[in-house]
Amino acid sequence: MRNILIVAGKEIQEGLRNRWVLATTLLLAGLALSLTFLGSAPTGNVGVRALDVVIVSLSSLTIFLLPLIALLISHDAIVGEMERGTMLLMLSYPIGRWQVMLGKFVGHVAILAFATVLGYGAAALALALTGAVVDAASWLAFASMIGSSILLGAIFIAIGYLVSALARDRGTAAGLAIGIWLLFVLIYDMALLGLLVVDQGKIISGGALNALLLLNPTDAYRLFNLTGFASVSTFAGMAGLAGTAGLGPRVLLATLAAWVFLPLALATFAFSRREL
Amino acid sequence: MTASINLQDVTRRFGAIEAVRAVSLALPPGETVALVGHNGAGKTTLMKLMLGLIHPTAGTVQVLGENPAAGQFAARRRLGYLPESVAFNTALTARETLAFYARLKREPVARMGDLLDRVGLGAAADRRVGTYSKGMRQRLGLAQALIGAPAVMLLDEPTTGLDPALRHSFYEIIQELRDRGATVLLSSHALTELEERAERVIIMNRGIMVANGSVDDLRRIACLPVRIRIAAPADSLAAIPEWVGPIGTCRRINGHVVEVQVGLEQKIEVLKRSVAHGTVDDLDIVPPTLDDLYAHFLMSQEMPA
Ligand SMILES: Nc1ncnc2c1ncn2[C@@H]1O[C@H](COP(=O)(O)OP(=O)(O)OP(=O)(O)O)[C@@H](O)[C@H]1O
Ligand SMILES: [Mg+2]
Repeated sequence: MRNILIVAGKEIQEGLRNRWVLATTLLLAGLALSLTFLGSAPTGNVGVRALDVVIVSLSSLTIFLLPLIALLISHDAIVGEMERGTMLLMLSYPIGRWQVMLGKFVGHVAILAFATVLGYGAAALALALTGAVVDAASWLAFASMIGSSILLGAIFIAIGYLVSALARDRGTAAGLAIGIWLLFVLIYDMALLGLLVVDQGKIISGGALNALLLLNPTDAYRLFNLTGFASVSTFAGMAGLAGTAGLGPRVLLATLAAWVFLPLALATFAFSRREL
Repeated sequence: MTASINLQDVTRRFGAIEAVRAVSLALPPGETVALVGHNGAGKTTLMKLMLGLIHPTAGTVQVLGENPAAGQFAARRRLGYLPESVAFNTALTARETLAFYARLKREPVARMGDLLDRVGLGAAADRRVGTYSKGMRQRLGLAQALIGAPAVMLLDEPTTGLDPALRHSFYEIIQELRDRGATVLLSSHALTELEERAERVIIMNRGIMVANGSVDDLRRIACLPVRIRIAAPADSLAAIPEWVGPIGTCRRINGHVVEVQVGLEQKIEVLKRSVAHGTVDDLDIVPPTLDDLYAHFLMSQEMPA
């Protein structure tokens, strides 16, 4: 346990030093702030359920951005340290490989959580300062949006580690990471949509569709945030889907958690088998 | 006394390459051991096996009574390692880097300042490692290997890139460690440097351990001739081959020096005769160097006699 914290501490220290933390926080805050105010300006209704509108737009932003940032931080974590030779030295110390992996995970998730809370929190704070009335339900929805965003980031950090533990060199790892991002964020949904259009509801049942949605963590995240709270789903145009989907927030959260655990376990296994 | 490092019939294969073949050795505490061999002889592989960073294909490795690859870490806390091309994260300072490694070994971080002074990095301790020169990185590498006064030190080409002053204090540090009972295994290509400092020399050739013993042991085993340089006045130089002729072979070095190669046991005879002949101005005895021994052991393996 102590080793995990030591490694996590070092990752955070490095992240602060090479300005990963700063850059990520500023990027998220900047985008969140502009979405908040640009998004509500045309409708002119800053006051009415303004935070719910923000949740909808921020969660769409998250789906694109957080996986990208997470993969950028994580794809290099194992293979990069091996290539640079720093891994060899660290593993000669009294520390297990699984501890190295978990330590990095804790550190990287902490960096991402810090940036998300601060960046998105700034947007909510700014909104509150403009005098918008926000009720408790909306705050809850907003908090769970931040929480699940961090979870989504953690998923892609774990996936990045798996790539990093398997890839032969850094270039391959970077290529694979980009491929994975494209797959989950763009291609998967497009392919699914195409499939549904072609199928016309003949073969793919509601249950199969649910399974297909859960197979992509970004879809699970989207469903969780856009259908989980009644107030939000009306704005997201998902009110209908929320009722029929049959995927409650618990199932979605469990799916997200599984998406963290599985790649992380596989990455730890792959790393422990890897020759130095 | 039980050995700190014990290898039995250790073989390590990388695909078709046998990097280490059936090596058995036992290194006691308080000994400085030089590991020499050509590039690709298996020196680094041997150290990685001792660290448990790679598993042996066959045979058993024991370091401080533990199998280092078994995932128990008690022994590793008392072990220092300097990899051959040491690398650090460039974003952190030397002080932060050492603090990290000290925490992993559960050593007090406060003591790291002294260690940095010891390797001459005191002034640069708060600079980012990315700005360091190669020799400074090597010094930092040495500092991290010294954390916690280890009982076993594995140093892979530790003096490459060190300036003469630090090279000197490096060997002082090694001496101190040995006096405290540490086993120090160091690989190097600088054979002359090791000659007086290592109690034991292990010579590797293409994965096989071809020699293991003190420099004197190896001299005895190798039976290499001793070279005796005799300086004499020019007119009596020609006579030298006559009186040493039956014992060794002579070679003229210049106008007043002749080099005689004789077997170890005939050394005294040559001395006696030089005294008897009285025409000798000066005399130097050059025993076979580690370089000579190294060449001999590599050769003798190529062409088994
Ligand atoms: N991970 C690896 N995969 C494949 N072959 C390897 C690996 N590590 C070492 N080898 C091979 O094992 C042999 C011994 O390598 P090793 O690094 O131990 O040599 P060395 O004695 O340290 O050489 P040098 O003096 O150049 O440092 C070499 O032929 C090398 O190519
Ligand atoms: Mg080597």
